[in-house]
Amino acid sequence: MSTRDWPLWEVFVRARRGLSHVHSGSLHAPDAEMALRNARDLYTRRGEGVSIWVVRASDIEASTPDERDPFFDPAADKIYRHPTFYEVPEGVEHL
Amino acid sequence: MNDRPLFEYTLGLADDALVSAQRMGWWISRAPELEEDVAMANIGLDQVGQARSLLTYAGELEGEGRTEDDLAYLRDDREFRNVKLVERPMTDFGVAMARLLMFSTYQLHLYRALSAGSDATLSGIAAKAVKEVAYHVDHATHWVLRLGDGTDESHTRMQAALDAEWPYVDELFGSRAPSLAGRVVDPAELRDPALTDVRRVVGEATLTVPEVPTALGGGRQGLHTEHLGFLLAEMQHLHRSHPGATW
Repeated sequence: MSTRDWPLWEVFVRARRGLSHVHSGSLHAPDAEMALRNARDLYTRRGEGVSIWVVRASDIEASTPDERDPFFDPAADKIYRHPTFYEVPEGVEHL
Repeated sequence: MNDRPLFEYTLGLADDALVSAQRMGWWISRAPELEEDVAMANIGLDQVGQARSLLTYAGELEGEGRTEDDLAYLRDDREFRNVKLVERPMTDFGVAMARLLMFSTYQLHLYRALSAGSDATLSGIAAKAVKEVAYHVDHATHWVLRLGDGTDESHTRMQAALDAEWPYVDELFGSRAPSLAGRVVDPAELRDPALTDVRRVVGEATLTVPEVPTALGGGRQGLHTEHLGFLLAEMQHLHRSHPGATW
């Protein structure tokens, strides 16, 4: 069995109802069904989860460190995007 | 309490789980991938948990004050009551999955029936184990399907594994002692439903149930293959060299 053929999967675990799935880690598995089972063994051994998603790592399109400046810096000086920028006028009850 | 027939019966279930767990543990660091190391270790540890509860109960049934450790570590091979299926070496991954499919499917039917049985302790142990074993069946099933219906090589090796293990399946379904009628599950009654499940997976995996003669049984009477002695030597030497050692 060639281990080179086992792709990498990213694992997302939901700790309990009402919470979002959160990235827990990654693992190798031959296909999605086995990835789910491996994730169950690796990331929910101590009762950490009620639901698991696995996603093939190669299917995730991620922002890269090179793009960080154009991606995220322009938001830094736009303080008017925060609600605290605005003053609530006197006497306004329902805002 | 001194209930010899039930003691022997419970010891059989316990030793199956214990010896199987020891063989599963061999795979740690040897499985095809790190993830599979963890999966096989998890399965082995589930079986150890079952064995511990069953051995403790067996000790109570015997009524001579033996603990789970006394029974696990201080008996010789002729006193073990496990079937031969689980004691033989298991150094091929296909063999490991073929055997796990057979053994865990048997255990699933057994524990389901025991959990509804009249013995409260066995019923409690079985009810907890059912969920664990259902996962073992699932794991083995997925691998047998992938290897059987995989490449030419994996198909050939999976079929060879099935051929090697099949002669030992029959011993799982040996009848309980006549005096236990109505008190415990008779494994003989599980033969058809359990083997139907196994055959379904084997067929779906494009494999063939082999036409092979049944191997000589005797495990429940303490007659084992030469392999059990070596397994026990490894499993027991620490406890025997350092009685009462803890960490």
